[in-house]
This record gives sequence, C-alpha cells and structure tokens, in this order.
Amino acid sequence: MVKPTKLTNSIKDLRTLHGLTQADLADAVGVTRQTVIAIEQGKYSPSLEMAFQISRVLGSRLEDVFHYPD
Amino acid sequence: MTLQERRSWTFLVVVVVAYAGYVIWVVRAADGGPIADVAYQKPLLISMGASMLAAIVIEILLAIIKPVSTRKDMRDEEIGRLGDYTGYSFVVIGGIAALLMSMAEWDWFWISNTIYLGFVISAVIGSLTKAALYVKGMP
Repeated sequence: MVKPTKLTNSIKDLRTLHGLTQADLADAVGVTRQTVIAIEQGKYSPSLEMAFQISRVLGSRLEDVFHYPD
Repeated sequence: MTLQERRSWTFLVVVVVAYAGYVIWVVRAADGGPIADVAYQKPLLISMGASMLAAIVIEILLAIIKPVSTRKDMRDEEIGRLGDYTGYSFVVIGGIAALLMSMAEWDWFWISNTIYLGFVISAVIGSLTKAALYVKGMP
C-alpha cells in the first residue's frame, strides 16, 4: 500500500504570497502542474534538486519551504 | 491529467478490450468442442496488433480532441518505472509457466495463451499501478 510522505511544505502559502499560480511554478521548475499539485498535497516527495529549485523560485530557504517532523 | 497518466488509462482499456475480444472469439470458435483445437493463431496476433494500433490511434485522437501538456517530468518517470517493474513480474511468471508447459509437452494452444495472458496481466497490473500512483501518490 502507498504510504503518504511525512514531508510537509508551505509551497501553497509561499506561492500565493509571491502571486504565483501552480502553472507558473511548474513552468519555472520545469515540471508538470500535476506534479506541483501532488507536492503541495503531500502525495509526492520531490528530489533534493527539485526541492532546491522550488525554494529558489519561491525566494525562500529550503527549510522554510519543506518541513519534516522530528 | 498528464499525458502519461492518460496513456496509462488508454493502454489499460485497450489491452482489456482486445483480450476480451480474443477470448470471446476463441470460445465461440470452439462451439462447445475442445478449446485447444481452435485455430487461435490468427485472432491472437490480430488481438495483439489491434491493441497496439488502437492505443496509438486513440492517443492521436485524444491529442486532437483534448490536448494536454506533453511535458514529462521526474514524477512521471518514477511512476512509469514503478508501474513497469510491477507489471514485468507477470511476464516472467508467464514465461516460466510456458517453459514448464513446454517441457511437459502441453498443447501449443495453452503455451501460447499462457504467454499472451502473461503479457495482458502485466499490462493491466502495470497500468493500474501507474493509475493508482497518479491518483493516490508515490510511496
């Protein structure tokens, strides 16, 4: 059975703050809009490289975008 | 829905319909007699060829009627790989079963159909896995 990822993120909030749509973020990172949706909903854990790309587009540090519970 | 997700669903439907058509044809051709005596070769090849052709034609038609982004990213590749790995095991199972049947000198009908069924189950399980991963998320 598929286990949901423990990784959470603030992409939606940061994206809204920067006035970006899911499509804008997807284009900037070079992924599909569905992948951005899946990441926001915690259905997909991005690779480290993709996580850095997302953080960079959102103008935030990695740890401010992605969170992992202790 | 991405192109890859739609492709998974299309392939699933096409393979199931083509195999169902083949099975119905063989059962009807047997007409109550021994099923292994049916000349299965031609319909089997037609079924396999038709499923591949139909998948291509449907994809082209869908691309015209309802185009989606053709972009393929890392998530698509991971889902595709996991789906293929899951389905591939059934090709191996079908191959081993056919090998054992061949050694035991079973009728060619059963050997051919075991291999074909292995392909079909592989395609169905692989496509279902991909579809489920797209909907439910990656592990």
